[in-house]
Amino acid sequence: MEGYSRKDEGCPQLLDLIPKEKEWLTKSAEEKQTRNGSSEEKQLELRLGPPNGDWTIKNKNISREKDHESLLPFGYFSPWSSSSGYQVKSQKQTTPFLQAHGQLKESSQPNPAKTAVPNSSSSSSAQKRTAPTPVVGWPPIRSFRKNLANGSSSKPVSESQNAVGSKISSEKPIENSPKNLLVKINMDGVPIGRKVDLKEHDSYEKLSFAVDELFRGLLAAQSNFSAGGIKNDEDGGKAITGLLDGSGEYTLVYEDNEGDRLLIGDVPWHMFVSSVKRLRVLKSSELPTLCRGRKHGKRSLDTSPK
Amino acid sequence: MINYFPEEVLWHVFSFLTSHPDRNAASLVCKSWYNVERFSRGKVFIGNCYAISPERMISRFPRVRSLTLKGKPHFADFNLIPQDWGGNVYPWIVAMAKGSTNLEELRLKRMVVSDESLELLAKSFPNFKSLVLVSCEGFTTDGLAAIASNCRFLRELDLQENEVEDRRGQWLSCFPDSCTSLSSLNFACLKGEVNVAALERLVARCRNLRSLRLNHAVPPDALQKILAQAPQLVDLGADSFVHDPESETYNKLKNVMQKCSSIRSLSGFLDVNARCLPSIYPICINLTSLNLSYAPGIYSKELVKLIHKCKKLQRLWILDTIGDKGLGVVASTCKELQELRVFPSDLHVVGNVAVTEEGLVAISAGCPNLNSLLYFCQQMTNAALITVAKNCPNFIRFRLCTLNPTIPDAVTMQPLDEGFGAIVQSCKGLKRLSVSGLLTDQVFLYIGMYAEQLEMLSIAFAGDSDKGMLYVLNGCKKLKKLEIRDSPFGNMALLADTGKYETMRSLWMSSCGVTFGGCKTLAEKMPRLNVEIINEGDEMEGRPDDRQKVEKMYLYRTLVGPRKDAPDFVWTL
Repeated sequence: MEGYSRKDEGCPQLLDLIPKEKEWLTKSAEEKQTRNGSSEEKQLELRLGPPNGDWTIKNKNISREKDHESLLPFGYFSPWSSSSGYQVKSQKQTTPFLQAHGQLKESSQPNPAKTAVPNSSSSSSAQKRTAPTPVVGWPPIRSFRKNLANGSSSKPVSESQNAVGSKISSEKPIENSPKNLLVKINMDGVPIGRKVDLKEHDSYEKLSFAVDELFRGLLAAQSNFSAGGIKNDEDGGKAITGLLDGSGEYTLVYEDNEGDRLLIGDVPWHMFVSSVKRLRVLKSSELPTLCRGRKHGKRSLDTSPK
Repeated sequence: MINYFPEEVLWHVFSFLTSHPDRNAASLVCKSWYNVERFSRGKVFIGNCYAISPERMISRFPRVRSLTLKGKPHFADFNLIPQDWGGNVYPWIVAMAKGSTNLEELRLKRMVVSDESLELLAKSFPNFKSLVLVSCEGFTTDGLAAIASNCRFLRELDLQENEVEDRRGQWLSCFPDSCTSLSSLNFACLKGEVNVAALERLVARCRNLRSLRLNHAVPPDALQKILAQAPQLVDLGADSFVHDPESETYNKLKNVMQKCSSIRSLSGFLDVNARCLPSIYPICINLTSLNLSYAPGIYSKELVKLIHKCKKLQRLWILDTIGDKGLGVVASTCKELQELRVFPSDLHVVGNVAVTEEGLVAISAGCPNLNSLLYFCQQMTNAALITVAKNCPNFIRFRLCTLNPTIPDAVTMQPLDEGFGAIVQSCKGLKRLSVSGLLTDQVFLYIGMYAEQLEMLSIAFAGDSDKGMLYVLNGCKKLKKLEIRDSPFGNMALLADTGKYETMRSLWMSSCGVTFGGCKTLAEKMPRLNVEIINEGDEMEGRPDDRQKVEKMYLYRTLVGPRKDAPDFVWTL
């Protein structure tokens, strides 16, 4: 790599062109010649560490291995080798680096990084590969992406390889799991809708109960209004039951993200939660005859417009 | 000697000058050229909205048709800058409205945009055609409704990653029936519902629609109908994709996709069942740009199958769930790849090695045209970086981010100085660089020595002493933006060459070693710089001690002095 060495010879001159640099340039050359651990310690006073603070000092005291012998085969970067006497105070073996060199041109390389690092025992915290304590603004990604990352953390990659026969539910991402999942719910005969937080429930039964609680009073008020106040006001009206099995006066249905209307209860709860967009409480009498058989795994009500 | 050169001729010649640097250079030749140039400049680019005032911009460029403005510093993206810092576009719109500017295009990045601004914009410029907002905030769907209602010739409404409050209005319905000119509509970042029927009608009547990016609220069956109306689309973004591969919707989508032979760019897939991906296989062969970085639901296996079909890909944005092996597939398939961005998918799982240096090396070996990289990785090695440097000398943008900000070379435990040194030495056209990992002053020496074209440099948790920063300031002659956090650079580095900052757009330093005293000295010496200190918290009791370190400093050159809209917590020294 001729280009590199030409540049190297020109280095001192190049840097001389930069004004005011001569002073510290010579200093730095000297420093390089006598470089050892102590100069590093001097530099530490300006160092600001992150909250966990375990990477600064220890890493600096581990010597910087300017092993130019190993770099030279690359023809890369031997600017200081002639002038400075680098003290290669190395605890590290150079061999892994050289081995890695020879095979780097190909896409696959041996995994010295993945297998146990030879010196892991001697360097105390130098190779912290665990996730560090969170630093503000690190890694530098925008909040749009952060929410995404948090939401999808539940699916390890390996599982997906065997996903062939599995249901949709195991592959489906939980798109940004917010703290609540509010969906609209309207009831036949009640002009005002409600919203229900699906995150607060973990089963259809609980949902049914919640629906009952939400609408019981409203329904009673409606009936009062229309029927001239016959219903008992004390207990807030008649309970709304049989929502799930078609046995009651009302039946609970939902609309999914494809716009189809479906009966509640066919799919596992978590799958329902991830596809539901809104809920409706319809009068059972107005539903078409419910076919209990399965057609592609869901019963679809195609009567009402979306 | 051609002293007499008719202005008409100059005018005609200048009409061929499109880049800002070229026009800026031409305007410096002589007074005559300056005048011809300023009257003929239609596109104005202002990289820092506080560097100049709206009035002065208008008086210099009275014929401005297109304005690009950038507001907050880059680190605002990562929550390092408090709310209400500034960057409001309103004064600009007011000034242009008053000045009867014939504004046709407005492109904003990291600015605060109020509904009021949008309304004024919509009503003041009858020929307004194009609004592009990137990483902005402060507006709601009401503002969008104003744009839709009033901009009769609107061609482009492009909202990228903005924080928009959903007002449950029907902004999409506000496009009048007479609006048929839309060529680009991107509202993927909106969180709320949209009127799907209105959207379908809009798409149907805009025959020139080339780019359409929908948000999550547009359900798959609507997507399928829309695509049926717009087979001429070139760029599609769909967040809500089909779930059931056996559904009617899926079939329809598959059929309609086959007719969309013009699609070159695809994005979205926030909510998708990977088993439905085969519906897009027919268009993969034509894709030049694919953004799956918001698609956590697509796992490595399906991702790889998909990418395997995208042989013409030039730009790929993905999550690190693709893994090193997946990157190997990219390397062997996407020979024309120019830009790669690999984002982290899961920030909290320990030991989950998503991508490492191996993937990057594979890419560099397989994709020689690679010139732009953003790579979030678990670990890196010098050897890998050196290989990448040799394989890909054409990098213009090289941004590496190790998830642990100070991790050393994974094999040798050394700092990553040599690796980055190789990058800057090999890539002579490098304009943008972000470094991370364990780094000493040495890397900055290399950067100063070799990165001659470098315009933007991002540094975090790096360096040992002031020398590091000095190497950069002295060496990188074309440096425009320097942003540093959590690094041990102090007053000595800051003050060594104060004139340098007038050649740059801006400098950001946070959690470094500079003190109030140092910043004050700099501010006194350089009146044409605004040296702003951001002080959150409780230091409001009088000015702090000169020796106290400054948490966040942002300085930039300006022709108009301290800004008048600085909030309480921003002090301009």
